[in-house]
Amino acid sequence: MSEMEMEDDGSGIVKKFMFLNRKAPHGTVYALEGLEVVLITAAFDQDVSLVFTDDGVYQLVKGVDTKGIEVKDFSKTYRALEGYDIEKLYVDQASLDARGLTADDLIVDVNVLSVDEMANLMAEQDVVISF
Amino acid sequence: MLHIVNKSASERSSLDSCLRMATKGSAVLLIEDAVYAATKGNPAESKIRAAGESLKVYVLGPDLAARGMSGRVLDGVSVVDYGGFVDLVTEHRNCQSWL
Repeated sequence: MSEMEMEDDGSGIVKKFMFLNRKAPHGTVYALEGLEVVLITAAFDQDVSLVFTDDGVYQLVKGVDTKGIEVKDFSKTYRALEGYDIEKLYVDQASLDARGLTADDLIVDVNVLSVDEMANLMAEQDVVISF
Repeated sequence: MLHIVNKSASERSSLDSCLRMATKGSAVLLIEDAVYAATKGNPAESKIRAAGESLKVYVLGPDLAARGMSGRVLDGVSVVDYGGFVDLVTEHRNCQSWL
């Protein structure tokens, strides 16, 4: 393939994408829609980091039963992310603490970061998309 | 009066607005993302505990369950189902939804 074709094609370019989740599940559609976009991005072989701060940490709480409100329980999808090579899941320690939660309350294994670590992670991204 | 709150207290000010206006003996029902305010260790815990002194605080069970929060409800807060929601509406002369 010539150099020109490679430029036109754009394949092989890997950017660092951060998906920043700051909203609780179910009350708005952001959490579910964000998850859909993450799965789409993974199909393009990008470097994806999934971050949960503020009320976003509630998205990962285990023991969910959505039968009573008749909506899809998408919390199990977070466990399937590994199968799409999305393995960088980060949670803000302060957001967990403020809500009386620990990593043991979450449905998936995550990296729990301090504010400074989270800030650095955000600063090194090419693209940050917020939900 | 029955006050209904449906927004997370750590994202919106509707719970604060509600508690400021709710008069003694009124009922406050937390639904949807507002149910987190009724859970142990959340940022609004002290507000709900204080409110419990003069108001009756209720939380919608199916919304708690959908968020994995059924086992974390604060003491003094009553869990109701949809039937209980209807009862609260009919038992009170009027209601206000803090959207």
